[in-house]
Amino acid sequence: MTRTPPFRLAQGGRLIDRAFQLPFRFDGRHLRGVAGDTLASALLANGQMLMGRSFKYHRPRGPIASGAEEPNALLSLGQGGRFEPNQRATTTPLVAGMVTRSQNCWPSLDNDLMAVNDWLSPLFPAGFYYKTFIHPRPFWKHLFEPVIRRSAGLGAAPTDADPDRYEQAYAFADLVVVGGGIAGLTAARDAAASGQRVIVLEQAPHWGGRTPTDHPGGQAAIDALLADLSGRANVTLRRNTMATGLYDHGYLIAREAIADHDPNAGLPRQRLWRIRAGHVVTATGALERPLSFACNDVPGVMLASAVRDFIIDYGVAPGQSILVVTNNDDAYRTALAARAAGLDVPAIIDARPLADGALPQAARAAGIRVLTGTGIAKVKGGKHVEAAALCDQSGDGRVLETIACDVIAMSGGWSPVVHLWSHCGGKLLWDDQAAMFRPDPDRPPLGADGKGNVTVTGAANGDLACAGGLEQPEGATMPVWVMPARAPYRLRAKMWLDFQNDVKVSDVELAAREGYASVEHTKRYTTLGMATDQGKVSNINGLAILSAALDQPIPQTGTTTFRPPYTPLTLATIAAEARGEAFQPLRKTPIHGWHETHGASFEPVGQWRRPYCYPQGAEDRHAAVNREILAVRGGVGTLDASTLGKILVKGPDAGRFLDMLYTNMMSTLPVGKCRYGLMCNENGFLMDDGVVARLSEDSWLCHTTTGGAERIHGHMEDWLQCEWWDWKVYTANLTEQFAQIAVAGPKARALLERLPGTIDLAALPFMHWAEGELAGIPACIFRISFSGELSYEIAVPAGRGLELWQILHREGRDLGITAYGTEAMHVMRAEKGFIMIGDETDGTIIPQDLGLDWAISKKKPDYIGKRAQQRPHMTDANRWKLVGIESLSNKVIPDGAHAVAPGRNANGQRNVQGRITSSYHSPTLGKPIAMALVRHGPSRMGEVLDFPMPSGDVMQGRICDPVFYDKEGSRLNG
Amino acid sequence: MAEILAQVARIEGLAMITIRADLTRAGDALAEATGLPIPGPTGITTDGVRSLGWMSPDELLLILPQADKAQAMQSLDQALTGEHALVADMSDARAVFDVTGPRADDVIAKLAPVDLPRLAPGTLRRSRAAQTAAAFWRIPGGLRVIGFRSTADYLGLILSEAARPGTGLAPR
Repeated sequence: MTRTPPFRLAQGGRLIDRAFQLPFRFDGRHLRGVAGDTLASALLANGQMLMGRSFKYHRPRGPIASGAEEPNALLSLGQGGRFEPNQRATTTPLVAGMVTRSQNCWPSLDNDLMAVNDWLSPLFPAGFYYKTFIHPRPFWKHLFEPVIRRSAGLGAAPTDADPDRYEQAYAFADLVVVGGGIAGLTAARDAAASGQRVIVLEQAPHWGGRTPTDHPGGQAAIDALLADLSGRANVTLRRNTMATGLYDHGYLIAREAIADHDPNAGLPRQRLWRIRAGHVVTATGALERPLSFACNDVPGVMLASAVRDFIIDYGVAPGQSILVVTNNDDAYRTALAARAAGLDVPAIIDARPLADGALPQAARAAGIRVLTGTGIAKVKGGKHVEAAALCDQSGDGRVLETIACDVIAMSGGWSPVVHLWSHCGGKLLWDDQAAMFRPDPDRPPLGADGKGNVTVTGAANGDLACAGGLEQPEGATMPVWVMPARAPYRLRAKMWLDFQNDVKVSDVELAAREGYASVEHTKRYTTLGMATDQGKVSNINGLAILSAALDQPIPQTGTTTFRPPYTPLTLATIAAEARGEAFQPLRKTPIHGWHETHGASFEPVGQWRRPYCYPQGAEDRHAAVNREILAVRGGVGTLDASTLGKILVKGPDAGRFLDMLYTNMMSTLPVGKCRYGLMCNENGFLMDDGVVARLSEDSWLCHTTTGGAERIHGHMEDWLQCEWWDWKVYTANLTEQFAQIAVAGPKARALLERLPGTIDLAALPFMHWAEGELAGIPACIFRISFSGELSYEIAVPAGRGLELWQILHREGRDLGITAYGTEAMHVMRAEKGFIMIGDETDGTIIPQDLGLDWAISKKKPDYIGKRAQQRPHMTDANRWKLVGIESLSNKVIPDGAHAVAPGRNANGQRNVQGRITSSYHSPTLGKPIAMALVRHGPSRMGEVLDFPMPSGDVMQGRICDPVFYDKEGSRLNG
Repeated sequence: MAEILAQVARIEGLAMITIRADLTRAGDALAEATGLPIPGPTGITTDGVRSLGWMSPDELLLILPQADKAQAMQSLDQALTGEHALVADMSDARAVFDVTGPRADDVIAKLAPVDLPRLAPGTLRRSRAAQTAAAFWRIPGGLRVIGFRSTADYLGLILSEAARPGTGLAPR
């Protein structure tokens, strides 16, 4: 029969408000719904049953469900940055002005050219892609996969940035109840009475679950519970909040929809709750299962519960003539609801031999024809249901009678929603009586105390009659996995299990024949349950079919793994505030603002942004770096060194402690002096370096690399707290307390002497420090040099760092003072042959590799890494060691380039004998310079190495001393 | 338009002194030098002007007006004479924000994994605000949040964002 209006019933619809009409668009058509509609109910109310196309065969699809389990009615919502694919029409509240589109069809939903796949479906059984596209092998990567990927996928990915805000929030509770139906609210009430902190989460916008729909008096019972709970200060009731996953230690993640309906209100669109629950009660209800009969995917074949939801909740007639097919009593409610709404119910097809419970009796009393022991042989109709051919359920599908109808309401029984229970390790048992998997109370998810921290109640626990006094007795459900029982292949090949991914009974049976015994393997081979609905309506039917094909009981087959999220979660909700400027904390030195206003080109160093250089005018970065270096070498420059780690180490055992941490002696350092030190890990590898200053008899200040500040402080505390807990040493990380400015160049002292101060710089020798006042600011001046020039590093309280920097630049203008960045610093240290942690080291390098033996104490009995450095591999004369490399071509050899050796290794690759660790153009020397680690390099001075380039060219470099500039160190004194 | 959940204000002029010592041995001397009772684990004591926070079993944080800092440093050094101890001025290393208003707790609950309804006055909680380290405690009318100077802009930004109008955490 054809579909006829009215699609919106004259009366009823407990969730809608007919007074508020909401216009919206679907595939460009202007339609109207009412307040309280979901997108699905609004479309049905406009006679739009066809809402999408299936993934593989592009079969026409209408909604089969009314909630989160919906596999078919997936739409694209919104435009531009608010475009969202694959949104379930059954759970999306209708909003005025909504723009919606169908998916996976071209040129239109009604006439989809790719539906040719359906005609060819006998050619596309399970595993088709695996079998067909395997040879020739290279074709997979370069031809088959790209083509298949292009034609795959349901909705399109959004291309614009999401303009909305999202946020997270933390909550804590003694008890979290997931599910606001009668079971959940009852559990919450019982717990609340004892004073526990209780949070109740309900995914829908309204409370009560199925109870108000299914039971007269249901709404009153729910209202009474809500009245009790909302009066309690210890109870939080949260609607529109979907519990997405449960993790160890009662960590529950939930998504609250706040402004999905009104993205312009300035509110966060969604909020991700991160809840610590002492205990969790899952009251997540149950999902109805489809029945597997031929062409059960034709639009208009719906779950019985969904049909009565649309009638009772939304006042929508999915059809005018509703045929019910079932294996249980519950579906009779749909027949009664349809009849009460004035719709025709031509018959109830019951697969069971007998149906004499209260509900079947009521149906008969209402004059509805009930056919027991009967099944559907086949659905007639293409884009919508036209009729059903009936047969003997125990037979092979011989048609007994054909009944015209435009909707078929099917019920194959109910499956408890066990997802949250299972996420965190709760086990299931198969209940043969009820034909369902339900939580095994003896094997719950365990908390930190080894006891169960989740309990389950209501329909989620398999208790389908959990509404107490509202219930009436129901007859037993009869498992029906195939309809009719002895259906031939011709029919089984048209019985859909997974509606979104087009997996049929015959596909699962084929997988079993081909040897797929594990349900997990079968899932991946057939794609059963792998769609965006994650098999909410298909899994149990699928594994029942698999069990039958394998001739084993269902519990032996088991279920696939339930993983979060319960329904898809928007990535923006997970990212929450961490986007744009707040994507990551950006660490800024006290002088950061000056760098910005002076055109610094920044580079990331950990979470810091440090000026790489300061290009001026039309300068590129390379030109700026060259200019900065020449300015320092020829005059004076300033570097913002505030990011360097500064750790205070104090106590009677501090000297002994530092002697263990550093490879050289720190305990003997006189007060007022500085010493360069190397720090190794237990394996002997160099992990950090820096200058240590002795502040007083019992205190030292340890400078670390920028990246090492927190790590080395942690390293120190680790040893102090775990190994040498009885040593009297305290540490404090003072890194951010001070701004530190390097003033370097032959005119550095001249500049500093222009500032009023209490420190006599002329009397401050190299590797000494002094404390006093400079330009009215309390300061520590360290005479140390990483550039090779006369250099002072000045530490002042961070709050006054910018002030000092500005004074220096004002006073030094006529000296040509120049701010220099990290790259100039890098080049200048390389000119001097100074190593850089992270360039010359990579976690496998010991100080001896770098010619730093002078900084390793021979006298000390021990230091961290000492024994490791004595292992044969570490003392091997053939280790790669630090040398300089002079490029023969006058071009810079790329950093990381390998020096090849004769012959090839076992993998057919060229043998190597070294690699470039730092490589720059030196503006000071007017030529390329490089440092490299080369097999026993220092004994091979003058040798020429080959560095093959990816282009095929070979660059050549000569081994030389790594100190390229001022070997005698005379420039340290200006 | 709804009101913002809380005012977020950067506070300047506070000095902070890190004290590390054996609190059992030096507790009395420290209490005298700071003029405040030694806080128990996770506690913070205050006289309304100065506060003394418990940072770890051997670390305290003294917070006081900048003007009193030099004097306090001196008193502490004196009180700890002969003790193995460390006193360091950390005033410049920190950024301080006051989050005040009836829904200040909501602002913090969006950023820190802390059970705010159970955060009693006199408790100092070392935690994080989104991706940066932070500590906070109750002050009249709201909470005081301290973080690192280098991430002050980030901390100010996420606090202000979390305080946007109409974004309270009460169920709707």
